Amino acid sequence: MGIFGKLSGWLLSIFGKRHVAIGIYGPPNAGKTTLANRIAMDWAGDVVGETSEIPHETRKIQKKDRVMIKQDKASLTIDLVDTPGIATKIDYHDFLEYGLDEEEAKRRAKEATEGVIEAIKWLDNLDGVILLMDSTKNPFTQVNITILGNLEARELPFIIAANKIDLNGSTPATLKSAFPKHEVVPISALNGVNMDLLYETMVRKFGKKRK
Amino acid sequence: MEVKVNFISQEKLSGLGKEEKLHFILEEVRKGQILVLEQGLTAEEQAKLIEMTMEKVNNKFSGIEMESYMPEKQNFWEKLLGKRKARMTIVGPADKIKTVYRDKEIIKAVIVGKR
Repeated sequence: MGIFGKLSGWLLSIFGKRHVAIGIYGPPNAGKTTLANRIAMDWAGDVVGETSEIPHETRKIQKKDRVMIKQDKASLTIDLVDTPGIATKIDYHDFLEYGLDEEEAKRRAKEATEGVIEAIKWLDNLDGVILLMDSTKNPFTQVNITILGNLEARELPFIIAANKIDLNGSTPATLKSAFPKHEVVPISALNGVNMDLLYETMVRKFGKKRK
Repeated sequence: MEVKVNFISQEKLSGLGKEEKLHFILEEVRKGQILVLEQGLTAEEQAKLIEMTMEKVNNKFSGIEMESYMPEKQNFWEKLLGKRKARMTIVGPADKIKTVYRDKEIIKAVIVGKR
């Protein structure tokens, strides 16, 4: 590393400004694309992808590069990676309930399986993860536990975001007590509730030098 | 109603390589078997099994239901040696096993048998 690289690294370590790839992970319909859109709109004035009530709307990785989040004197430039929802099963019959015809449902199911594979493989390319959970649902799902276990095994820095706190039945405290060793930030990505706290946590957590 | 569950010993799986082990599990599940693994899968193995499952999903096989506890914290020596503990895992076809309740330490599942 040359003198300019060393100087730059030293400045970065002081001011905490880094460029990192951050993935948003979670089960289908947790609100991953809604969160990606919220972050991208807040800091880049643009959206990442379309959202829908039908599960597996996002079936391919969607990226928004170089989104700069500023917090007081610190800032963090992120390549934001919105991932397809991870599931252990995908039954095309489930899509028929949303009014899709059989051919469309089968196509969506096939694409959704490819999306799950792509999302898992992308874990190798990231510097940090926002693990998004639906705070109206039981957090102890196999998908949450598998993702969490993989993040721990890879020693990737991550934040658990408890989404949908604006909805009746939301219990972010349950998530906090479920994962007491991890940082849990309650948010509503849809209505922008508590996003400042999430941004502050992202800059602090993902701006840190990795061990 | 008869329900068949296969209890797979640690010795059976430890004799197989990682890929071989996951192939064995997935092939058994695709045949309709429900497996209880004495030595469960690590988080990395669970993710790989999900990937392999997704490659096999079609109109007749919708995937798996898998149940395992949260990973235990590694002690100093396990961390140093890169060794991860895996707790018991139950895995079966998604149309035969359904989780009805789970928390940190309890998993309740229903196995759906044919009359």
